[in-house]
Amino acid sequence: MRDELRDLYQEVILDHGRSPRNFRSLPNATCLAHGNNPICGDMLVVYLDLDKAGRIEDVAFQGQGCAISMASASMMTEVLKGKTLGEANKLFECFHDMCTRADFDPAKANGCDVDAMERLSMLSGVREFPIRVKCATLAWHTMQAAVKGEQEASTEGAP
Amino acid sequence: MNQKSSAVKIASGDNSTAAFDVERIRADFPILKQKVYGHPLVYLDNGASAQKPRAVIDAMSRAYETYYSNVHRGVHWTSQRSTEAFEASRGKVARFLNAASDNEIVFARGATEAINLVAAAWGRNNLNAGEEVVISHMEHHSNIVPWQMLRQEKGIVLKVVPIDDDGNFLLDEYRKMLGPRTRLVAVTHVSNALGTVVPVKDVIRLAHAKGALVLLDGCQAVPHMAVDVRALDVDFYVFSGHKLYGPTGIGILWGREDLLNAMPPYQGGGDMISSVTFAKTTFKKAPHRFEAGTPAIVEAIGLGAAVDYVQAIGFDAISAHEHGVLQYATGKLSGVEGLRIIGTARDKAAIVSFVVDGIHAHDLGTIVDRAGVAVRVGHHCAQPVMERFGVAATARASFGLYNTRAEVDALTDALDEARRFFGR
Repeated sequence: MRDELRDLYQEVILDHGRSPRNFRSLPNATCLAHGNNPICGDMLVVYLDLDKAGRIEDVAFQGQGCAISMASASMMTEVLKGKTLGEANKLFECFHDMCTRADFDPAKANGCDVDAMERLSMLSGVREFPIRVKCATLAWHTMQAAVKGEQEASTEGAP
Repeated sequence: MNQKSSAVKIASGDNSTAAFDVERIRADFPILKQKVYGHPLVYLDNGASAQKPRAVIDAMSRAYETYYSNVHRGVHWTSQRSTEAFEASRGKVARFLNAASDNEIVFARGATEAINLVAAAWGRNNLNAGEEVVISHMEHHSNIVPWQMLRQEKGIVLKVVPIDDDGNFLLDEYRKMLGPRTRLVAVTHVSNALGTVVPVKDVIRLAHAKGALVLLDGCQAVPHMAVDVRALDVDFYVFSGHKLYGPTGIGILWGREDLLNAMPPYQGGGDMISSVTFAKTTFKKAPHRFEAGTPAIVEAIGLGAAVDYVQAIGFDAISAHEHGVLQYATGKLSGVEGLRIIGTARDKAAIVSFVVDGIHAHDLGTIVDRAGVAVRVGHHCAQPVMERFGVAATARASFGLYNTRAEVDALTDALDEARRFFGR
């Protein structure tokens, strides 16, 4: 099997893809949004419970999609718990850079949560597969849409 | 090759017949020499767009290099030559479809524009609220959305012919749907997502018995089989050039001449008028009435070359070869553990859609791509079909005249690799 494929489909990714964490709905979610990738038919819903200070108390998702989009959503829910919305947005920025830029270095990225990025780095293999970047970022775009009060996020047109 | 696939009876080397030398055909397509990630390109996405033979590439280059100009305008040599070549292509397409006249061939950007043209020019002027357009459950979005837009505008009723679990068009259900309000039946000739060949002769006969017209979407039919619009007795037939080994940006609306001439223009502009004053403009007859503005001149010439190319080989030979590849692929893919073929109709063109247990089509597509194998993954612009079969996406191998059984083996080998990779 080719190396780039090994990097993309690491065992951790396959595991998250097969048994996604926080794969449930939050019945009283503070906010939620639907995300869809119209090209490949991936669809998911991201739910967020925020406390009064805007900290993420709980985050969960449901949906269906490829191994990359499911694993990314699953890992996102793990790293976002306990983060403020500002931290969550910053993390997305770093994650997006990681997925798209070969020279990305989390240690040098200003204000990135290094521990979280370490965990998310499992998805960095997607860099070699530009067409799959939108699979990895779908959950994050959807999270951002939920926070902004938008009901839908689409990867159409967005990397 | 695994044990199951070795049980397939047809030998993988058995590609050619006396009438059809697939290696000679392959040599006509420059891109097939291309390597992808170090592997020979195995192009199995012909349903999305087919590759181009040297004859098409050369015809287009020759046009640009030796006689290119705008058409229907100039008195100069290049314009006359370009006009001749452009109109000669119209004639080639007319003969390709066995049209009664070159005037029945309208150049459009593609099948999508051709359907929109009929919806706008014929539909808007002939359909009233409550009147019915019948489509099928396996239409491409391009034969759904234009009618929905017309429904929004005119209040027409859209009826959908169901399909069974194999993807067969349900003729009896269709028959029951036809009634005094049915004005148009717009269905695909061959399903892009399932490969089903629709029994169009029966569809047309039954529609005509109720006084309804029939439009066929021939995108997935014309690359695989001979189409005779007069023998079919159809009213409108559309297809895209790029799926017939021709260029993009050019497609065909064929319509019966009397129907076309009774339709108002689709777009206004140059080249479609007889005379213009500020008080009144009179329009040309079909087909020029529907070809406002400068057309895709060299693309039309390229399509003419593509038509020449497939006709020189002949559809008896093409169909026989592709049918052999389809049978072989169906057998081999059925031998892949956990693989389910979506679309097992009695009569099929060389298209196989499938899903593999526990591996999303998108992941399959990425993995086989690294083995040089190009397949389409997703909903194939036919979301209602995906919904009908309870899947979000499928992988699809769609074969062309240059594909071989060895390429089917390359696909199934890559799928075996994907299964091992995902621990399936």
